[in-house]
Amino acid sequence: MSSTNNTDQPAWEPAKVKAEILKRYPAKVARKRAKQILINEALGNETPEISANIRTTPGIITMRGCTYAGCKGVIMGPTRDIVNLVHGPIGCSFYAWLTRRNQTDAGPDGANFMTYAFSTDMQDSDIIFGGEKKLTTAIQEAYDLFHPKSIAIFATCPVGLIGDDIHTVAKRMKEKFGDCNVYAFSCEGYKGVSQSAGHHIANNQVFRHIVGENDEVKPGRYKINLLGEYNIGGDGFEIDRIFKKCGITNIATFSGNSTYDQFASAHTADLNAVMCHRSINYVADMLETKYGIPWIKVNFIGADATAKSLRKIAQYFGDQALTDTVERVIAEEMPAVLAARSDVRARTEGKTAMLFVGGSRAHHYQELFTELGMKTISAGYEFAHRDDYEGRQVIPTLEVDADSRNIEEIRVEADPTRYQPRKTPEELKALTEAGYKFKHYEGLIPDMEQGSIVIDDLNQYEAERLVELLKPDLFCAGIKEKFSIQKLGVPMKQLHSYDSGGPYAGFLGAINFYHEIDRLVNSRVWSYMKAPWQQHPELSASYVWE
Amino acid sequence: MLLRHTPKEITERSALTINPAKTCQPIGAMYAALGIHGCLPHSHGSQGCCAYHRSTLTRHYKEPISASTSSFTEGASVFGGQANMLQAIDNIFAVYDPEVIAIHTTCLSETIGDDLKQIKKKAEAEGKIPKGKEIISASTPSYVGSHVTGFSSMVTSMAKLAEPTGKKNGKLNIIPGWVEPADMEEIKRLLNLLGVRSILFPDTSGVLNGPLSGEFKMFPEGGVTVKELKSTGDSIGTLALGEWCSAEAARWLDAKHKVPCRVLDLPYGLKATDRFIDVLRTLAGVSVPEEIALERGQLVDMISDMHQYLYHQKVALVGDPDQMIAMTEFLVSLDMWPMHIVTGTPGKRFEERIEAITKDLPYQVNVRAKGDMYLLHQWIKNDPVDLLIGNTYCKYIARDEDLPLVRFGFPILDRQGHQYFPTVGYKGGLRLLEKILSALLDRKDRDAPEQSFELVL
Repeated sequence: MSSTNNTDQPAWEPAKVKAEILKRYPAKVARKRAKQILINEALGNETPEISANIRTTPGIITMRGCTYAGCKGVIMGPTRDIVNLVHGPIGCSFYAWLTRRNQTDAGPDGANFMTYAFSTDMQDSDIIFGGEKKLTTAIQEAYDLFHPKSIAIFATCPVGLIGDDIHTVAKRMKEKFGDCNVYAFSCEGYKGVSQSAGHHIANNQVFRHIVGENDEVKPGRYKINLLGEYNIGGDGFEIDRIFKKCGITNIATFSGNSTYDQFASAHTADLNAVMCHRSINYVADMLETKYGIPWIKVNFIGADATAKSLRKIAQYFGDQALTDTVERVIAEEMPAVLAARSDVRARTEGKTAMLFVGGSRAHHYQELFTELGMKTISAGYEFAHRDDYEGRQVIPTLEVDADSRNIEEIRVEADPTRYQPRKTPEELKALTEAGYKFKHYEGLIPDMEQGSIVIDDLNQYEAERLVELLKPDLFCAGIKEKFSIQKLGVPMKQLHSYDSGGPYAGFLGAINFYHEIDRLVNSRVWSYMKAPWQQHPELSASYVWE
Repeated sequence: MLLRHTPKEITERSALTINPAKTCQPIGAMYAALGIHGCLPHSHGSQGCCAYHRSTLTRHYKEPISASTSSFTEGASVFGGQANMLQAIDNIFAVYDPEVIAIHTTCLSETIGDDLKQIKKKAEAEGKIPKGKEIISASTPSYVGSHVTGFSSMVTSMAKLAEPTGKKNGKLNIIPGWVEPADMEEIKRLLNLLGVRSILFPDTSGVLNGPLSGEFKMFPEGGVTVKELKSTGDSIGTLALGEWCSAEAARWLDAKHKVPCRVLDLPYGLKATDRFIDVLRTLAGVSVPEEIALERGQLVDMISDMHQYLYHQKVALVGDPDQMIAMTEFLVSLDMWPMHIVTGTPGKRFEERIEAITKDLPYQVNVRAKGDMYLLHQWIKNDPVDLLIGNTYCKYIARDEDLPLVRFGFPILDRQGHQYFPTVGYKGGLRLLEKILSALLDRKDRDAPEQSFELVL
């Protein structure tokens, strides 16, 4: 039994697929989901509108997690020298303990708290009488044991409900210690509609409490920050390897393998390169407004995209020496990439993929599939907003609903002493006229083929139906979705934490990914679904000896 | 060093837990509910709870874990989660059509005081529960007890489905505790060999150790049925394995429906399995077949064959109370020396049981209920051991201290086999012993100088 869909014609019309999926829902749910399932009819400049960043329907088995997961798990999790103390019952701290594959190099200073879980383990008495005292003691105990540069406090659901003032506790302890920055995140799981709210809460506090704390000028000629790269499976290491080879200095990665000091120095960089638009584009905006650092969208997923992003960075600095180095590096790296690609592509050409992941990955990873000659027939995000689908031009028109209203937007002004535009208006104008795009992201939809199906906040039932109806050769989502898809005989690649393997970013990452996809879609295991007697039952009637 | 900031010097902490040896109640309730046939576990709280529990169980079992959530928003947290729960019930029956929805609460819904019984009444009154379908619920506040408590609470909610008819069914209720699907299968095999008719609940065998065949069944064949659960009130008795996991449900059936109960340790290792078989024999009035005596003899044989490698080897272990009690007894029965024992689940009786089991040893064991892995690591630094037994998180201690590790307990995220090969009963004892010996002997082979590296061990 093979699930390979070798025909060029889809077995199902997209409109019929959509109708088939909606059929099972109660009317109210069907109406809501209809707006989140979009048949891509992008023509010319018209991008159809999709409903996104709205509430998950209770009872529907969603892929989404919570605000705490986005704040503690995703954004602050990969920072190695901050003690991340979770204020709440034990579970939230336990589940976010080493469960994302953020690789970490403890570096020469040797501080690495990634392998630890810290919790106040709130008990019923704390819920009844308040947990501020226990939190205060826990912060003191963490300080006495480890003397970290910084302690971050994370609120879990009950903390907001019982009204513990974690920010005041943090402020008091910071003042008391003098040499340890303590701050808190009101990232209760019930806030917002997905992890995305947690990214925002985390980034706001990093910007407010850490960025700008260290004015020391770091060495380096071409200084950038890499925003929205979390070093899953070592992606950040590979990107840093390439930067180093090109002579580009990465002042701060937000937040893979990061340190407190990287955040503190981020305002000293001269360009912000944004990887994951969803999780961090607002930080790029704030860094520009407050410190005068322009930002561009980059993508290091895919070898061609990597080369393009490097050239974009070089073009910004406008220095021939850098341009030459970047071209030399690309020329050095690409032969191995192309050799692997042509080897693998013979076995992947024409195969189909579905991607339902993240707030950027469902877009970025299409680059790699294109390089393999594979077609993405359906894709969508778990926690993205409309601008991630349709492009940034929709941002002014986005409606702020009841769930988004409570997620703080920081108002930033130019820093009175440290605001320093990195480019003169003339330089910016020249770059723009040459086709250079700042603050620009077109989103996923324009890059997908007509007739492809774009689905926001896909759920387990829809995933199963999609796979049954369209029979892709590969499905990509998260760990919770992995095995229900594979039970159907279709390989599934986890693209949040990758299960295993990586890096997949940069040039070496592309080679890794080609081999991984080759392994997945061409594995022998998918031919073992039925036993011989199940395939040919008619032959099992009697004993026949040769 | 991976845990480079852990000092040898131990200072008492009163508020800070570091590297917990437990997690929260709801995941236990979710695991237990998966042991009901046709059941969709439902988490009444923020969607992150459900996502985390599903992820952890998925990584442990490498199987699909279907469970739904009330997806609380800030509004629901202020005004109560009833509207979300009612909407969820509609959607769940329409889209997934389970036989049972097993709802558990979270710290969020408990803190705001949602009353699941009242919500269920409202759902019934509004005709939201189709005929023949069931909703059960358990209160599982994350700020009380641990994942073990949540498991126990959901198992008790299963028992509460009991509807005695007044006519005995001739069966024994067996509550296997928080063990693996393979262990539940093994307990059923032993019951069959003994000729004991039983209702085993929960039963995750056939649910979380499923085949790959090109089909996805959201509700696989396995699990105890609602019909069987209703019949537990007619059983001749209940045998509960594990004081922490199973006793509450058994005692409830005893108190409420006069189904007499016995509580035993989980049948890990020789002596606990001896008691399990012996009590079963007595309760059911059956004689023990030769096959079981043979299996016991094989376990004793291996203990005697390899005793030289076990004798006085020092062990540190961490896990859930029922598991730790049985495992400590097994280690003592092997003439091994359990030195440091930690569980994260609170309960004074735990320390008393461990002290009783280890009272004849020529040293004082370190034991702590409501301890954490940070403390265990510090104990190991102060009094080194030869072997570490615990869940996957122990690999960080094992690597730093260069210790052989036997993975045992929950969760195991980096090795496979626990869902297929039992560790209960005599057969399971053989497997545990094999794992312990392999860990010790692999280490011996790795470390032996060339002149004393030996072919035969």
